[in-house]
Amino acid sequence: MSDNNKPKLTGAKIFFECLRREGVEYIFGIPGGATIKIYEELYDIDFLTHILAKHEQGATHMAEGYARATGKVGVVLVTSGPGATNTVTGIADAYMDSTPIVVFTGQVPTQLIGNDAFQEADIIGITRPITKHSFLVRKVEDLAPVIRKAFYLASTGRPGPVVVDLPKDMLNSETTFNYPEQIQIRGYKPTYSGHSNQIRKAAKMIQQAKRPLLYVGGGVIMSDASKELTRFARQNTLPVTMTLQGLGAFPGTDPLSLGMLGMHGMYWANQAVNHCDVLVALGARFDDRVTGKIDTFAVDAYKIHVDIDPTAIEKNVLVDLPIVGDVKKVLADLIEAMPGKPDTAGWLQQIRAWQEECPLPLETADGYLRTSYVIDRLSEKTKGEAVIVSDVGQHQMWIAQYYKFTKPRSHLSSGGLGTMGFSVPAAIGAAFGVKKRPIISISGDGGFQMNLQELITAKAYNLPIKFFIINNSFLGMVRQWQELFHAEKYSFTDLSKYNPNFVKLGDALGIPSFSAETIEEVDEAMDKALQINDRPVLVEFRVLKEDMVFPMVPAGASISSMIMERLNPKRMV
Amino acid sequence: MRHTISLLVENTFGAFDRIATMFSAKGFNIHSISIGETEIQDISRMTIVTSGDDQIIEQVVKQLNRLIDTVKVVDLTEQDRTERELALISVNYQKGSLEEIKNISDIFRGKVVDINNKSITLEITGPPAKINAVVNVLMPYGIKEMARSGTVALRRGEQVRHPKKEMV
Repeated sequence: MSDNNKPKLTGAKIFFECLRREGVEYIFGIPGGATIKIYEELYDIDFLTHILAKHEQGATHMAEGYARATGKVGVVLVTSGPGATNTVTGIADAYMDSTPIVVFTGQVPTQLIGNDAFQEADIIGITRPITKHSFLVRKVEDLAPVIRKAFYLASTGRPGPVVVDLPKDMLNSETTFNYPEQIQIRGYKPTYSGHSNQIRKAAKMIQQAKRPLLYVGGGVIMSDASKELTRFARQNTLPVTMTLQGLGAFPGTDPLSLGMLGMHGMYWANQAVNHCDVLVALGARFDDRVTGKIDTFAVDAYKIHVDIDPTAIEKNVLVDLPIVGDVKKVLADLIEAMPGKPDTAGWLQQIRAWQEECPLPLETADGYLRTSYVIDRLSEKTKGEAVIVSDVGQHQMWIAQYYKFTKPRSHLSSGGLGTMGFSVPAAIGAAFGVKKRPIISISGDGGFQMNLQELITAKAYNLPIKFFIINNSFLGMVRQWQELFHAEKYSFTDLSKYNPNFVKLGDALGIPSFSAETIEEVDEAMDKALQINDRPVLVEFRVLKEDMVFPMVPAGASISSMIMERLNPKRMV
Repeated sequence: MRHTISLLVENTFGAFDRIATMFSAKGFNIHSISIGETEIQDISRMTIVTSGDDQIIEQVVKQLNRLIDTVKVVDLTEQDRTERELALISVNYQKGSLEEIKNISDIFRGKVVDINNKSITLEITGPPAKINAVVNVLMPYGIKEMARSGTVALRRGEQVRHPKKEMV
């Protein structure tokens, strides 16, 4: 059929035709004036589900949670002006953690752009440094190709957020609909296959290594390379340490897993980094929370860095052997290229010795309820197979330390941006994407209140999410720094006067809510929560107020200088 | 060290903005930037003069490549290239100094493009170092106003065949 005979469609109709072809299942959004035409179309659409959030930041984190839990692109639809600006934190979060989302923002009619029109914001300009790319669609003819490009850009190469700004008049105007099968973007050609000579060289270096170490980041999870990683590590008996975003890439229950490294990483993991002779970074970016003082980080190691983003290589740390490519492909090639197994028996023994020297404590003898105990119990009860959506702060580190993740896409956390308020909405997004595993949102009492409006959304859709609040009545991580480095001036971190009654709050929203205050109450509360699978449930764990996360590398210090415990034990509150 | 980087970019809405935003977000220096049309439709050429150590320049090139709108990025610094800049310099003159200023302009193969009863405007083209030299010589006469185009550059001889600087 030639274009002349094809019916003309409005921009709003074309929008949904595109989403249908992209296989979109869910849109997270809130209607408004600039997007009203889209919502008019949406009213009669049944091939996707629109999830009504309470706040656009919530919608954006939901899309992130969905994307991280499933690997698919998360979709956000908001109106112009405040609708658009409310998504900014979520977009920045997605950018820092390379999460594939497409954010559609309404915009004022094209002839009003730049006029300070009602609900106008230059969202393309505002989000420029925090998007992988963005588009303003001025002509309806450009809409279909732009949406095709947006999904392609968000999900390929190093994934990231893409913003598509939709002026209201464009959505009303008509054109014939053609969805481009192929797209050509001259300036965008990600490298997927690693350079074969480099891979051969890497294989040789790893085989000859006496003390090799795999340092695994979120890239391994994003490229679904867990299987390849696990095979590679086990075949060659290579110890594996993971970043916050890498947790779950390799089973935490495997003896080769050293757990997390870095600021609050395991003592033995950081020791291994400092003593290894070949360090293989896989989809990781040498973030400052990982490396500590950069010029003391793995100084003697031969460094191999595999990443799909060339800019990640040698951004922070000089490497000896860079390999640009998709870590899944590169690992598969590495497995083939290995000339033999390295002899790591002595090295693993050494790591064992470090583990015995400073094991991770699980203190219960003094009778205080600690977060570490809560997480340890949860890990055991869920066999490390739940999807844990953490917030930001102390509890986030305790989850990373004590939960034994066994599967990829199980640990959803705001790592790069460190967005408090991430957990509640991200867990909602995850719950739409993953139906067969328990979804557990864990927040501190501070972060929980930063997006608690979305609790209403969870109730409205009766999502079976377990909302755990780790309540120490403090902004705990800031309090910890205040105690250690800021003269114990607990400036505005004591929330005891400011917190609501969380159980009553949950009750008011129609969510079964209860609390646990003692070690003895933890199991019962957890069992009760894990048995409720047809609606949300809220559990408040009232934990030791002045507990601190150890080990800890002070910011800017070498990761060899870890603080292992509170030097000056205080009277516990 | 100074580097001259030449890039071909999509001539689209916001492409220039994205490049400028990247430089400021990453804290890279820009000494000059110039942009104009090319022989290819929808593609502009941008010449950026920046500075930094090798690691920074490598990041600059990689970050430029990473932007979706950039089609090709070449660091011309180590290459055989032609660099030119154009300056319009308006100089005050008094009786007697007019001839001197015109002589200086001739020495540098400049052109007089405007004159009035107080000042004379010269057009000078050449490598940036030459423009600097002219500016230095004219300074004592009193430079009233000056506009410099920023450096434009092209590689000499054989064309670059690979669009992007290959990693590794």
